[in-house]
Amino acid sequence: MACEAGIRKLKKPRKKVRLIGNEAQIGRKSSGDVLMLLIVGIMAAFSFFPLLMAINMAIKPINELFYYPPRLFTAHPTLDNFKMLFSLMQNTRVSFLRYAFNTVFISLAVTLGHVFIASMAAYPLAKLKLPGIKTINTMIVFSLMFVSAVTDVANYLTISWLGWLDTYFASIIPPMGATLGLFIMRNYMTTIPDSLLEAARMDGCSNYRIYWQIVMPLSKPVWLTVAILVFQQVWGVDNSGYVYRESLKTLPYAMRQITTGAIVRMGASQAVGVAMMIIPALFFIVNQTKIINTMATSGMRE
Amino acid sequence: MKLKNCKERLAFNCRTAWNNRSAYVLMAPFLIIFFTFTVFPVIMTIVLSFTRYNILQKPVFVAWDNYKELFVNDEVFAIALRNTVVFALITGPLGYFLSFFAAWLINEFKPLLRGLLTFIFYVPTISGTVYTIWSIIFSSDMYGYTNSFLIRLGIINNPIEWFGTDTFILPLIIVVQLWMSMGSGFLVMRAGTASVDPQYYEAAAIDGVKNRFQEVIYITVPMMAPHLITAAVLQITGMFANAGASIQLAGFPSTNYAGHLIMTHLMDYSSYRVERGYASAISVVLFVLMISINKLSVRLLRKVGA
Repeated sequence: MACEAGIRKLKKPRKKVRLIGNEAQIGRKSSGDVLMLLIVGIMAAFSFFPLLMAINMAIKPINELFYYPPRLFTAHPTLDNFKMLFSLMQNTRVSFLRYAFNTVFISLAVTLGHVFIASMAAYPLAKLKLPGIKTINTMIVFSLMFVSAVTDVANYLTISWLGWLDTYFASIIPPMGATLGLFIMRNYMTTIPDSLLEAARMDGCSNYRIYWQIVMPLSKPVWLTVAILVFQQVWGVDNSGYVYRESLKTLPYAMRQITTGAIVRMGASQAVGVAMMIIPALFFIVNQTKIINTMATSGMRE
Repeated sequence: MKLKNCKERLAFNCRTAWNNRSAYVLMAPFLIIFFTFTVFPVIMTIVLSFTRYNILQKPVFVAWDNYKELFVNDEVFAIALRNTVVFALITGPLGYFLSFFAAWLINEFKPLLRGLLTFIFYVPTISGTVYTIWSIIFSSDMYGYTNSFLIRLGIINNPIEWFGTDTFILPLIIVVQLWMSMGSGFLVMRAGTASVDPQYYEAAAIDGVKNRFQEVIYITVPMMAPHLITAAVLQITGMFANAGASIQLAGFPSTNYAGHLIMTHLMDYSSYRVERGYASAISVVLFVLMISINKLSVRLLRKVGA
């Protein structure tokens, strides 16, 4: 390892600087670089457009919604919509902060819990040949193909039988068993070299230690990705199906209550859209920088 | 003889399992939740698909009646099936290819730009506001961008009801869906393209790989095979079990069922008509459809070299 790093350091000064692409890819032409920049630019513009429009709508005064011809960008940007949203939020029966706390708490709990227990299950499912593993793998792929629209009755019965109705458990435990994250992690872990695990086993490592000290560090990019997906999914969930106490409900529910109204609430509902995505966006950005760092440092390959 | 063999194998399996009990301990917490909140409801749904059930009264066993009704008499289901197939056949492969292309492109940039670009490409999925924007762009009155633009150009005289006209609904939904194709599959592919060690490209260049296209075919795709298969599964579930674009843009139900998908049909019977037996049958049909498409696409990917 140390030797390799030394070699890399030695090589560095000789590499030519390129705008894009890896220095290692010596067989490349600059004309390709320009073409790729162009394509990325166009695709990025298309992707970014809806967000730009969403922010634009949120800072548009309400009367401008009905200009003819409609303007692409607002002439008089204002924060009135956000102010209206805040004043509406102050009038809720349960404090707005409580809804916010519930959403943050539930999202974090589910994300941490899911990443932890699903990665624990993913390691044996990806890497060990034991009785039952094959069956479970098939069941997991199948479960992804089953839409959840009709399973709510069964889940309601289970949750009420467990006595979890109207508690945080109802919002936290069931989503922790979602198979999407597990499936992504399992498939990623199959790429970890067997020889590495074998060597660890020879040295007397238990499965627990292999999981915690070899598999988890090596699959950091994937569990960070899964964390994004889970967090974002849970963040938008309205839990009012299994929870009836107002003080246990989440932001999406509160926001829907606030913004369901006639045209006067249109501005506020645009503001909600922007306000609700701030936290997931931040989470995503922080998370992504971590992924990149991992990629740069993990040189472990077979 | 055979019985003995079977017994021996069972004993052997039990012994292997016991000797590796730590592996099962690792899996236990997840599997308990998985069986309780996923496997059990699925089994219950499959059982309910053979009954008539309205939640309030006890289910009545009707054997294959629900399936017969679905395939023989339900004309709306035929429309939904056709729309779903068209929708999935276009958005599925195209979105998959787009995600791969974007993931690969982004990987060519320097780390800081990579993060920024990943964010920009993924933003439509985070924001969830895409539908609102599109419904404003294609608004049915003259305040909508498309209508006012076309009117000012003199191409049309009266605003077109974009999401109220049969011929426009499905194509528009497909376009919007493509716009949003950088979802979970894209993130998986990002992790995949990033995990290819640059040294391989270097080695390949020495071995005679001349351009980017060859790099992708000979190195990137084979190296990230498991990620490609993961993304394919996500793409399939995302396309067949997706009613968001249809409901948010074309309304529910859409004009003449022009934007009706199996998923909206399912929601119709499960939440509005509360014919849970029938809804369960629809979900089982969708399940079988997705499994077969999945089998097919995995086989196809293996052939390509993944």
